[in-house]
Amino acid sequence: MIPLSWYLMLAAALFAIGLFGVLARRNAVAVLLGIELMLNAVNINLLAFWHRSQQLSAEPHVTGLVFAAIVFAVAAAETAVALALIISVYRRRDTVVVDELDLLRG
Amino acid sequence: MGNGDISPLTAVLPELGLLALAAIILVLDLFWDRKARANLGWVTAGGLLLVAVLSVFMAQPPETPTLIWGGMLRLDGASFVFRMIFLAGAAITALMVSENQRLSAQGEFYALMLVSTLGMSLMASAADLVMLYLAIETTSIPLYILSGFLLRDQKSVEAGLKYLLYGAMTSAVMLYGFSLLYGFTGTTQIYDIAAGFSGQNGLPAVYPAAVIGAMLLVLVGFGFKVSAAPFHFWAPDVYEGAPTAVAGFLSTASKAAGFVVLMRVLSAAFSDQALVWSGVVAALSIGSMVVGNFLALAQKNIKRLLAYSSIAQAGYMLIGVAAAGAGGESLPYTATTYYLLAYLATNLAAFGVVAAVSRLTGSEQIADYRGLNQRAPGLSLALAVAVLSLGGIPPFAGFFGKVVVFASGIQAGLTWLVIIGILNAVVGLYYYLTVLRVVYQRAEEVEGETPLAIPAAWKTAAVLSAAGIVAIGVLFLPWYNLSMQAASSLLTFR
Repeated sequence: MIPLSWYLMLAAALFAIGLFGVLARRNAVAVLLGIELMLNAVNINLLAFWHRSQQLSAEPHVTGLVFAAIVFAVAAAETAVALALIISVYRRRDTVVVDELDLLRG
Repeated sequence: MGNGDISPLTAVLPELGLLALAAIILVLDLFWDRKARANLGWVTAGGLLLVAVLSVFMAQPPETPTLIWGGMLRLDGASFVFRMIFLAGAAITALMVSENQRLSAQGEFYALMLVSTLGMSLMASAADLVMLYLAIETTSIPLYILSGFLLRDQKSVEAGLKYLLYGAMTSAVMLYGFSLLYGFTGTTQIYDIAAGFSGQNGLPAVYPAAVIGAMLLVLVGFGFKVSAAPFHFWAPDVYEGAPTAVAGFLSTASKAAGFVVLMRVLSAAFSDQALVWSGVVAALSIGSMVVGNFLALAQKNIKRLLAYSSIAQAGYMLIGVAAAGAGGESLPYTATTYYLLAYLATNLAAFGVVAAVSRLTGSEQIADYRGLNQRAPGLSLALAVAVLSLGGIPPFAGFFGKVVVFASGIQAGLTWLVIIGILNAVVGLYYYLTVLRVVYQRAEEVEGETPLAIPAAWKTAAVLSAAGIVAIGVLFLPWYNLSMQAASSLLTFR
């Protein structure tokens, strides 16, 4: 039986890698990948915590599962919109590198 | 306050109304020809008025706050008052958008704005972390699209992408905080979380440091929504690039939604850490005021100036939140809510005028506002009222907002924070009055058409919001009581 802390460490590491990707990568698609990693870390957290509270309490509950399912759905919607915006930026500006999107500054 | 018991379906009637309105707009957009589509803005505004009437007469909150839909939503004064704020913001924005030739797909624009308003309304009443996350994303995702809505505009598409990347990142950080809160307490019910920290939900008690860590993660997401420094980087870029009406909507309704969530979650879930979050919020407040006001001084573009001004204004409002944590009874939240009401009318008027001027003259540079008074005296007057209210000059709403917020800070013993706020307000006054000076400066020769022809919808929007500024300031008491109704239902821990 794998202890809870292992899952939490995995999630924390995944979250940190995702955050690093968001802050360090310059390509908008790669930034998006980083955000997805962060959301997956959240899901691992949610499911691990759900499993533990399930073991501790007698009555069954589904809050953690529902939360994780909703995170999935929202992440999909967000990615769809993000890709649409990236395509529209690419059509207008011929680049998806965040650093080169510098019309707005000051 | 109305009837004692209210059925769950009646309680969400305004939200259902918003959804139906969005569907109606899409269908009308499909069947109306190009000429008739110009009226979609009026239809949206009228529909929103109808939803507001529905909200007043059918969905008044019960005397005691009630949880409905399995604890997902909480019916109370705050959810009611803030829903009104969002509806008013959306209606004025709809009027400002109509008659806009640059928008290729008007129907979609209004439908997305209505869905976003629906999300804000749910944010104001969410009492469960799952619902809260869903509501925040329902608000944000349409706003990302609206910011990048002008597909042919290089700046707009850039604004949309930047807003999305910042928004998605901060919401992922916030969500990580939510997952920790769920893990620590075994519940996602916001009003049960505080008890869970001390081990009353069957799980072991949590280290205080871990609770504070989770709280900071959550604050990242909320700080982004209210555009407080250091999570403000998106605001100037997005406000400049997005369609001006959208920038107005972002700076008023979206900010108000962020504030109601901030106030509710901090005082409900973190009631035992009140002094800690009071300090953190005070730090955010100082940062926002200083960054906003000092960077605004250097701006040449009026939309960027208003963006930095809106960051500074968020700083003033945060004084109220910090005061609530430091022990200011119900006055602080009343003050913040009143300030949000005043700010709603004020900033909508300002952005309304900027939208009108930029579409009529094609410029957003402050220098090009020279002699505006000779070309459009009505618009200039509305801008003057808005700018004076932002600067905090009586008898306009912004002045009373600042007075109550500063009073709440002093009452809670945060005099040092209030002094910083007052010094910042003086700095702010300088750049607000600079705008005014340019507008009323006599230009030797006025270029282009004089006077400017202003469509009826824009006139209505400008008149309504300017009248709101005066009314909220002069008729102080009813608005103050309304804010108190919201504030007293948010305060659960004293």
